[in-house]
Amino acid sequence: MSTVAIPAPRARPSALARAWAFVRRHTLTVYSLLFFAYLLLPIGVVVAFSFNNPKGRFNYTWQGFTWKNWAQWDAIPDLKSALTLSLEIALIASLVATALGTLIALALVRYGFRGRASTNLLVFLPLSTPEIVLGASLLTLFLNLNNVFAIGFWTILIAHIMFCISFAVVTVKARLIGFDRHLEEAAMDLGANEWLTFQKVTLPLIAPAILAALLLCFAISIDDFVVTYFNAGNRVTFPIFVWGSARVATPPQINVIGTAIFVVAVTLMLANVVLQRVRESKGAV
Amino acid sequence: MAVESRAETERQHPVSPVAADVRLDRVTKNFDDVTAVDDVSLEIERGSFFALLGPSGCGKTTTLRMIGGFEEPNAGTIYLGEEPVTGKPPYKRDVNTVFQSYALFPHLSIFENVGFGLRRRGVRGADVRGRVTEILRLVGLSGMEKRKPRQLSGGQQQRVALARALVNRPRVLLLDEPLGALDLKLRKQMQLEMKAIQHDIGITFVHVTHDQEEAMTMADRIAIMNGGRIEQLGTPGELYEHPQTAFVAGFLGISNLLPGTVSAMDAVRLDDGTTVKVPQEALRGRSGRVAVGVRPEKIRLGHGEENRLSGHLLETAYVGVATQYVLDTRAGNISVYVQNSEPGAQQAVTGEISWSPDSTFVVDSMEGAEAE
Repeated sequence: MSTVAIPAPRARPSALARAWAFVRRHTLTVYSLLFFAYLLLPIGVVVAFSFNNPKGRFNYTWQGFTWKNWAQWDAIPDLKSALTLSLEIALIASLVATALGTLIALALVRYGFRGRASTNLLVFLPLSTPEIVLGASLLTLFLNLNNVFAIGFWTILIAHIMFCISFAVVTVKARLIGFDRHLEEAAMDLGANEWLTFQKVTLPLIAPAILAALLLCFAISIDDFVVTYFNAGNRVTFPIFVWGSARVATPPQINVIGTAIFVVAVTLMLANVVLQRVRESKGAV
Repeated sequence: MAVESRAETERQHPVSPVAADVRLDRVTKNFDDVTAVDDVSLEIERGSFFALLGPSGCGKTTTLRMIGGFEEPNAGTIYLGEEPVTGKPPYKRDVNTVFQSYALFPHLSIFENVGFGLRRRGVRGADVRGRVTEILRLVGLSGMEKRKPRQLSGGQQQRVALARALVNRPRVLLLDEPLGALDLKLRKQMQLEMKAIQHDIGITFVHVTHDQEEAMTMADRIAIMNGGRIEQLGTPGELYEHPQTAFVAGFLGISNLLPGTVSAMDAVRLDDGTTVKVPQEALRGRSGRVAVGVRPEKIRLGHGEENRLSGHLLETAYVGVATQYVLDTRAGNISVYVQNSEPGAQQAVTGEISWSPDSTFVVDSMEGAEAE
């Protein structure tokens, strides 16, 4: 089985072998491209159809390019108020949920207390419960509270904070688990009391996780439909508006808002990543 | 038992007439059902370089952390100077710590790391700049102010940690295995540098280490800890020349320990029947079973000294500065170091060895209760 045994045709591979080599070389590329197409095509459609100029009430077939929808994004009645409500809810909910979630994460990682294990488990519960169950049972709860909360703005807000907290806890906890406790001991050793230690050392070091939690909560809140639908009463958020209007018409302005939200979210996330990179390269050059 | 009686003696005869900077009075610390520090009393005199030495789990780091305020003792009191500090948080104690992991703040520049303690004390502006610049010069890091910790090498980070603690001019500086992460060469260099810095600024250093050589090189006084207690406390010379327990004799350098029975005020009969002379004070009133110790480099080949044994040669090992011979005698195996002071002067080994009674120490018998 040495050099002598190698047959001459080995030098020129057969057509089949060449085809096989080609497939092997490019399978991963093709697979990746297909994957991204699958992932991004729906978003591409949303963006493209925000520039469509539909003939009828439905924005489902491509008719022609126009800037009109973007220029007159609030031409549809009630769209603006729905969007405003969604933004308000998302902003307050993400702020409150992240603040509470950060504190819960600190308690869970830092302190041993009775019921820590079960708290850890319970925090995950809203993530694993079907949204439809969550929404329906929340409404039942609010109704049984006999108008302590009028169904509307406050019930939507409470619901959103509730399911956002879990995401915030999980995000901040991940960062805290790798946190070197000696850093806080060092700060106290150097004369900083508990509050100053938190402010000068703990907070700056977990800030990226807090920011990530904030963005995540905002993104989840602003497009939540299922839970919101049950608990909104007569208030209309942007997702509920889209759902409601889809039955009678789909104005391209919906795509405009959708695209805008997408662009803002992606920009913020990219900014977060870039900021981290800059920080790290500053520390690593 | 024996350890406790010695701790008692220590308490009745204060370590030194000089004022103590740190005093531990019967301090005990338990973690769940493990006793990490067991009724330890200790005085560390002002301006000294003090080492807590022992194997891992001996309670040395816990002792240090209690002085720093990161752990609270379950019993006993800790004094800084005259002031009891037990129960006070770290930021109310006039001590600073160099952590084993350095614990430099990764998000702050070297300047802000070093200036952190000064700013907490209300020092402002130009004063901060002046003192930070001065201390960075002292540790040889001038010009590094704007860098971040991760841009520095391990040795440089170690110096920053030292500067960050020293710049506050604390009453006591606590060092928790500060050189553990450095390679051997750098560690040797830093040992001498830290000793020089301590000498220059005159702050009391309390140094925790498991490296006996490091403790001997740097410290004025060493407390050897084992199982949460202080086995022996003294200068490096005292500990090496006159270890009082088998643990200390074995932990500091190499010892030959030969079991025997006290036969007179200044003599011990070894188990092979040989009687060896020992200094009277080495016996310290012991009777019955003991172990006689002698360091390998104190033993001569031939019968020139008063205490004599014979055996046959088991092994010879050339170790550069010395040659090690291992002899099998009826009293036990004995290591002998002979300095290679003249080239090629390897001595003929007859199997006869001897040593002076003055080089002999006595420790409690190891039978039944092996320390490690």
